[in-house]
Amino acid sequence: MQNGTDKLFVDQPWLDPEAEPFVKIQSLTKTFGSFTAVSSVDLEIYEGELFSLLGGSGCGKSTLLRMLAGFDPPTSGNIFIDGVDMAGVPPYQRPVNMMFQSYALFPHMTVEQNVAYGLKQDRVPKDKIAERVDQMLSIVELSQFAKRKPHQLSGGQRQRVALARALVKNPKVLLLDEPLGALDKRLREQTQFELMNIQERLGITFIVVTHDQEEAMTLSSRIAVMDQGRFSQIGTPTDIYEYPETRFVANFIGSANMFEGRVKENGADYVIVQGVGSDVSFYIDHSTAVRENTAVWVALRPEKITVSASAPEDSADYNFVEGVVDDIGYLGNFSIYKIRLDNGRIIEITHPNQTRPKHGRHLVEWEDKVYLSWAPHSPVLLTK
Amino acid sequence: MSFKKSPFTFSLLCFGFAFLYIPIFLLMFYSFNYSKVVPVWGGFSVRWYVELFQSEEIWSAVGLSLQIAIMNATFATMLGALAGIAMARIKRFRGRTLFSGMISAPLVMPEVITGLSLLLLFITMAEIIGWPSRGITTITIAHITFSLAYVAVIVQSRLVGVDESLEEAALDLGAKPYRVLIDVTVPLLAPALAAGWLLAFTLSLDDLVIASFVSGPGANTLPMLIYSRVKLGLKPDVNALATIIILIVAIGVCVAGWILSRQEKQRMADMQMAEAEKYDFSDEPQSSR
Amino acid sequence: MRSRIQSKLQSAELWQAFIIAVPYIWLLIFFLIPFFIVLKISFAEYILASPPFSKLFRLADTGAMYMTLIFDNFVYLWEDDLYLNTYLNSLQISITSTILCLLVGYPIAYGIARATPTAKKILLLMVILPFWTSFLLRVYAWIGLLADQGTINNFLIWIGIIDEPIKMLYTDFAVYVGIVYTYLPFMILPLFASIEKLDMTLHEAAADLGSRPFTTFRTITIPLTMPGIIAGSLLVFIPATGEFVIPDLLGGGNVLMIGKVLYSEFNSNQDWPIASAVAVVLLILLVVPMMIYQKYQAKESSGE
Repeated sequence: MQNGTDKLFVDQPWLDPEAEPFVKIQSLTKTFGSFTAVSSVDLEIYEGELFSLLGGSGCGKSTLLRMLAGFDPPTSGNIFIDGVDMAGVPPYQRPVNMMFQSYALFPHMTVEQNVAYGLKQDRVPKDKIAERVDQMLSIVELSQFAKRKPHQLSGGQRQRVALARALVKNPKVLLLDEPLGALDKRLREQTQFELMNIQERLGITFIVVTHDQEEAMTLSSRIAVMDQGRFSQIGTPTDIYEYPETRFVANFIGSANMFEGRVKENGADYVIVQGVGSDVSFYIDHSTAVRENTAVWVALRPEKITVSASAPEDSADYNFVEGVVDDIGYLGNFSIYKIRLDNGRIIEITHPNQTRPKHGRHLVEWEDKVYLSWAPHSPVLLTK
Repeated sequence: MSFKKSPFTFSLLCFGFAFLYIPIFLLMFYSFNYSKVVPVWGGFSVRWYVELFQSEEIWSAVGLSLQIAIMNATFATMLGALAGIAMARIKRFRGRTLFSGMISAPLVMPEVITGLSLLLLFITMAEIIGWPSRGITTITIAHITFSLAYVAVIVQSRLVGVDESLEEAALDLGAKPYRVLIDVTVPLLAPALAAGWLLAFTLSLDDLVIASFVSGPGANTLPMLIYSRVKLGLKPDVNALATIIILIVAIGVCVAGWILSRQEKQRMADMQMAEAEKYDFSDEPQSSR
Repeated sequence: MRSRIQSKLQSAELWQAFIIAVPYIWLLIFFLIPFFIVLKISFAEYILASPPFSKLFRLADTGAMYMTLIFDNFVYLWEDDLYLNTYLNSLQISITSTILCLLVGYPIAYGIARATPTAKKILLLMVILPFWTSFLLRVYAWIGLLADQGTINNFLIWIGIIDEPIKMLYTDFAVYVGIVYTYLPFMILPLFASIEKLDMTLHEAAADLGSRPFTTFRTITIPLTMPGIIAGSLLVFIPATGEFVIPDLLGGGNVLMIGKVLYSEFNSNQDWPIASAVAVVLLILLVVPMMIYQKYQAKESSGE
C-alpha cells in the first residue's frame, strides 16, 4: 500500500502534501487601468508537469503567462520559480523561456542563428554553442534546414524552430503561448504528440496557454480553466471533464445539458434532485453537503444519455424522460440528436455510429417518440 | 477594376500624370537649347552644361549643400530612429503628448515660421553662450530638427508593423535591452532607416527658406544660389543644373525601387517553395493514409 | 542578490529614458523654445539697435524686475489693412488650392488604388518621384510654362487660338497652379492609403441593394475615405497658407501672401518684432488644423 501511494505521488505530485511546488503563484493580480485582467490567483505547479491554462480570449491566461516571463510586472502578488522570488527580475534574467504564439523568429537570422541567439547572450563558447544547436536541431528534426531563413520554412517547421530556440538554454520552465494555434488541424494533432514526447524526454516543466480544450485535454498533466481573471477549476483532464465544479467549466469543456433543480432528498450516499419546470428528476449516486430544498444545477453530458425507441422495461421514477426527436445532425463518427421534451425544452445527446445507417436511416428518426435514460453516476451536481 | 473597363479613370490618370511630368520634361528639354532666352528654341546644344561645370560658384554651393545634407541625414536618422522607437514601443511616459506633437508639427509647419524661430533662437544662444555662429552649423541644426520628424514618422510606422514579440523573444532569450536594439530592432528597421536617411538627405538638399533664414554671410547653399539666379529670370544654366539633379534623383529612386521589388519577389518565391516542400518532408501524416 | 537585480532593472529603465530623452531634449531646444522666443519678441518694440528690439525684462533701480508687454505690434497688424488683407488673401488662396488639389488628386488616387498590383507600384513610384526632386526647381519649371513668352502662350499663338499672350505668370492663377502642382503628392498619398483600405465588396453590396454608381460614391466611398481626405487636405492647407517660394516666384509683386510679408519684414525691413507678431498670428490661425492633423497622425502611426 505504501508503495502504491508513492507511485501515485510520482505521477501526481500535486496529491502529495509534502511536495514542494516548482512554480508558486501567490494572490497574483494584474490590472490595466480599471480593467482587471488577472484577479488574485494562486497556483502551484510541480516540476516536470505539462500544465495548461485554458480559457477563452480575454480570460487573463496570456497576461498570466506574460507575468511569468517578466514582460508585464504584476500589480500585486508574488511569483516564485524554484524557490526564487521573481519580483523585479527582468525577462532577460529569468530562468524561463517562452515560445511565442507568432513564433517571433528573427527574420534576418538563419535557423541556426535563431537557435544560437540565447546561448550567445550567455557568452557560451562558440564550439559549445554549435554543439548544442546541432543537438537541438536534431531533436526537432530540422538539421538539414540550419542555413535557411524563417521565411523559407513551412508553418510546421517554423513552429519547431521556435521550440528549439526556446529549449536551447535548458530553461527551468518553458512557457508556450498557443503553441499549435497557427497550424492547420491535421498538423496540430500530430504536433501535439511530438510536443509531449519532447517534454517527457527533456523533463522540463511546460506551462501552455491555449483556448483549444481538445489540445489542453490531450497534452496536459493538469489544466487550470480560467474565466474573467480567475481559476474556475484546477485539475487533471479527467477531473475537469467528469467532475466539473462550476457551470462555466461544465459548459466550456465539452458540452452539457444543464438542468435547474432543487434538492429533494439528501441521503448518505445519494442525492435526489427535482428539475424545475419539468418532470425530470435525478438520482445521483454521490453525496453532497447541500441542504434539502436548495437551488442547484445538474449537468448531464450528451454522450452519457441512452436513447431508445421503446420504453425501458423497468421504468423508474428517476433518471428517465420521454421526448420527441426534434433534429438530427449526422457527423460521420457520431450523430447529434436533439430531443424535445413535453415542456418544450431541448436535450442534446450524442450517439456513436457503430453500424452503418442503412438507406440513410438513423437510430431514431424525426418526430419519433423516444425514451432517454442515464446511469446514477452520470449527472453532476453543481452549486456554482 | 481594370483600365479597359473604366476609360474614364484611365484618362484621368493620364491627365494627372501629364500635369505632374510635362513641366519637368520641358525644363529638361530647354536645358539643351542653344538660345539664351529659354522658351525660344535656338538649336540643340550642351553649352549650358559646359558653362555649369566651369562655374566655381556652383561647385562650392554643391559642396556645401552635400556636406550639410550628409551630416543632416546621419544625425536626423539617429535622432529620428530613437524618437520613432520611443513612440512605437514605449506606451506611456511623461510628456508623451507633447513629444508626439513635436514630432508631427514640423511636417506641416510653414517654413517661414520654422526659419524665423530658429534664427531668433540661434541669435539668443549666441548672445548668451557665444555659440553657434551662423553658417553651416546653424543650417545643419535647423535641417536636423525638421528632418528628424520625417524619419521618426517613417520608423514609427514601420515598427508598428513589426511584431513586438520579436523584441520580447530576444529579451526572453537573455539579451539586455541595448542588445535587443542592436540585434533585433535596428536590423528590422534597416529599410526604414535607409529610406529615412535618403529622405532627410533630399529634404536638406531641397530647403531654401529655412536655410535663407539661419544662414550667415558666405554660406550659400545650392537652393539659395539657384533662387538668387531664378529671381533674375529664366536661366538656361539653371535648367541644365535642374536636369542633372532630377536625373540623379530619378535614377536613384528607380534603382532603390527595383532592388526592393526584386527582394520582395525573391521572398515570395522562397515562401512558396517552403510551403510546397512541406509535403516532401512529411510534416503531415497525409501520405501514409 | 536583491540589490544586483534592482540595479539591472534600473539599467533597463535608464536605457528607456535615454531613448526618449535624446530626441526629446533636441526637439525642446530647437523646436519648442524657439516659439517662445518668437512670442517674446512679438511683444517687444522695434528699436534701431542690434538686435533690433527692446528688452522685455528690465531691472529697476530697486532691484525688482519689470516686464513690459507692448501690444503695439498686434494693434498695428489689426489696424493696417495690408496685413489683414494679406492674411485673408493667404487663407483664400490656400483653401482654393486645397480644394483644387482634392479635385485633381482624388481621381488619381482612386485610379492608382484600383490598378493591378504591378501597375500600382509603378504609378505610386511616379507620384512619389517628383516629391524627391527639388521643390524649387519644380516651381521654376512653371515660370517657363506660364511666362508671356512661355511655352503655353507660344503654343496657343502657334495653333492660332489667341493672338496676344495671356497674362498668367504673376497672377493668382499661377500661384494656384504652383501650389496644386507641388503639393499634389501630399494629397494623393493619404488619399491612396485610405482608398486602398476600402473593401470593394462594399461597392458591390451597395450596387446589389440598388444604389447607382454616383450614389454609391457619395454615400459609401466618400464617407469611408474621409480620414484620407482630411489628412491630405491638412497636409496641403497648413503649409500652403505660409508658403513663401511659390507666391514669390510665380505671384511676383501682385500676389500678397503672409509668408512673403513675413520674409520681407524680417529680411528687408529688419523689423523683427513685427515679423514675430506676423508669425504668432499665423501660428494662431493654423493651430487648430495642426492639432487635428496631429491627432490623425498619432492615430495613423499607432496602427489603429
